[in-house]
Amino acid sequence: MQYPIYLDYAATTPVDPRVASAMAECLTIEANFGNPASRSHQFGWKAEEAVENARRNVADLVNCDPREIVWTSGATEADNLALKGAAHFHHRKGRHIVTSKIEHKAVLDSCRQLEREGYEVTYLDPDSNGLISPQAVEQALRPDTILVSLMHVNNEIGVINDIEAIGEVTRRRKVVFHVDAAQSAGKLEIDLERMQVDLMSFTAHKIYGPKGIGALYVRRKPRVRIEPQIHGGGHERGMRSGTLATHQIVGMGEAYRIAGEEMHEEARRTLALREQLLRGLEDVEEVYVNGDLTRRAPGNLNISFNFVEGESLMMALRELALSSGSACTSASLEPSYVLRALGRNDELAHSSLRISIGRFTTAEDIDYAIGRIRHAVAKLRELSPLWDMYKDGVDLDQVQWAAH
Amino acid sequence: MAYSEKVLDHYENPRNVGRLDDDDANVGTGMVGAPACGDVMRLQIRVDGDGVIEDAKFKTYGCGSAIASSSLLTEWVKGRSLDDATRIRNKDIADELGLPPVKIHCSVLAEDAIKAAIADVRKKREQAE
Repeated sequence: MQYPIYLDYAATTPVDPRVASAMAECLTIEANFGNPASRSHQFGWKAEEAVENARRNVADLVNCDPREIVWTSGATEADNLALKGAAHFHHRKGRHIVTSKIEHKAVLDSCRQLEREGYEVTYLDPDSNGLISPQAVEQALRPDTILVSLMHVNNEIGVINDIEAIGEVTRRRKVVFHVDAAQSAGKLEIDLERMQVDLMSFTAHKIYGPKGIGALYVRRKPRVRIEPQIHGGGHERGMRSGTLATHQIVGMGEAYRIAGEEMHEEARRTLALREQLLRGLEDVEEVYVNGDLTRRAPGNLNISFNFVEGESLMMALRELALSSGSACTSASLEPSYVLRALGRNDELAHSSLRISIGRFTTAEDIDYAIGRIRHAVAKLRELSPLWDMYKDGVDLDQVQWAAH
Repeated sequence: MAYSEKVLDHYENPRNVGRLDDDDANVGTGMVGAPACGDVMRLQIRVDGDGVIEDAKFKTYGCGSAIASSSLLTEWVKGRSLDDATRIRNKDIADELGLPPVKIHCSVLAEDAIKAAIADVRKKREQAE
């Protein structure tokens, strides 16, 4: 086995070798290096053909028209374009936006910017399992609501929102519906013929494509209008200017094509590995799974070990590459805002691990991870005064802590 | 984040982990920090008849630097008089462990813990007299 073992597929994925070789075909003088916007010679035509081929691959995976796909630099840009683009276009109609407290920062920070521009944003609370109900969305809608933005699959806890049901509400109320599908595309079935979604963000690097490329789906029927955020040569029907990065786009297209062929088999396999992982950890005392376990992307497990602090847990797990819900990057520890929004207390938010499983994870990797995690939790609880107090029957919520 | 070798050593092989009997009049306990902030230290000392610290134990919930700071402190205070132990400064701990600026608060917490333990044992002994 090679250490550390990669269990952070929700952060990014390695490029599939098939994708890498397709990309390498679009770089050098012998290969397909042309500018897809060059209309006057074969180099341009060939590059354009590769780009349109990739566009079709992306569209096929999510069952939409290729003309509804706008290339961007990634899901963050797609989110920015969707939120600011739709808000700016519809500002005369209204200035109210609905989203949730557990969206990705690309959505939350775009909302903050729109608030500075005079828009009003409602941040919905998820239920304790991390889900947003269609009823909660409906109740938040106002006559001046122009946009609802919710993620399909949450990046930290992997829970799946009922996009189809929410889309029925927004369509009925004639509100633009944007969905961030960075964590779901290529892992769950997305059918844009059926789902009444108006804008959807995609990325390549979460599904074995390269970093630096993504797309925004912009519905044609009924037509959804957005204002461009990047101006220039009028590429992508004027919605996103900038020379198209042929190699990146081809990489995303190939990654999405492979996902279309292998998604169901891969989902079955990663789900079996997650169940193996959970079976290996669930009998540890005081463990909590964060987020709904049934409505959940197959490769994600987010789990808290009470009375163990997250950063020291990560330190004890240096042979495993995974994420902690406690981002101790500054002097003040910030527990995960997603887990806080679920109503988890600070201790549980601090002590969480996000383990994400993917294409190259094996059953041996999972067995090894189980052993390491069990060992680390036992060792740190030996060291933990909170564990002692819990074992002595002290109610930690009643203790007066000397906060610092 | 990269950890210094000394932090890693104390984290991998923490010294003097455990607890002392809090009912003993010669044992002082300092419990500082809060779970919500991500660290809680419990530092205990036992003092002999001459006011010298003969044993020290700790348990810490917190990051590697917090564990290392308290582990190091238990090594340092053993054999020192109470007066002498009060003179340990957080800067000494931070320097010894090579803590980066974002981890200085771990050493501050350790200094608070030993001061609290010393105050506790002094109070208990006064009450016992």
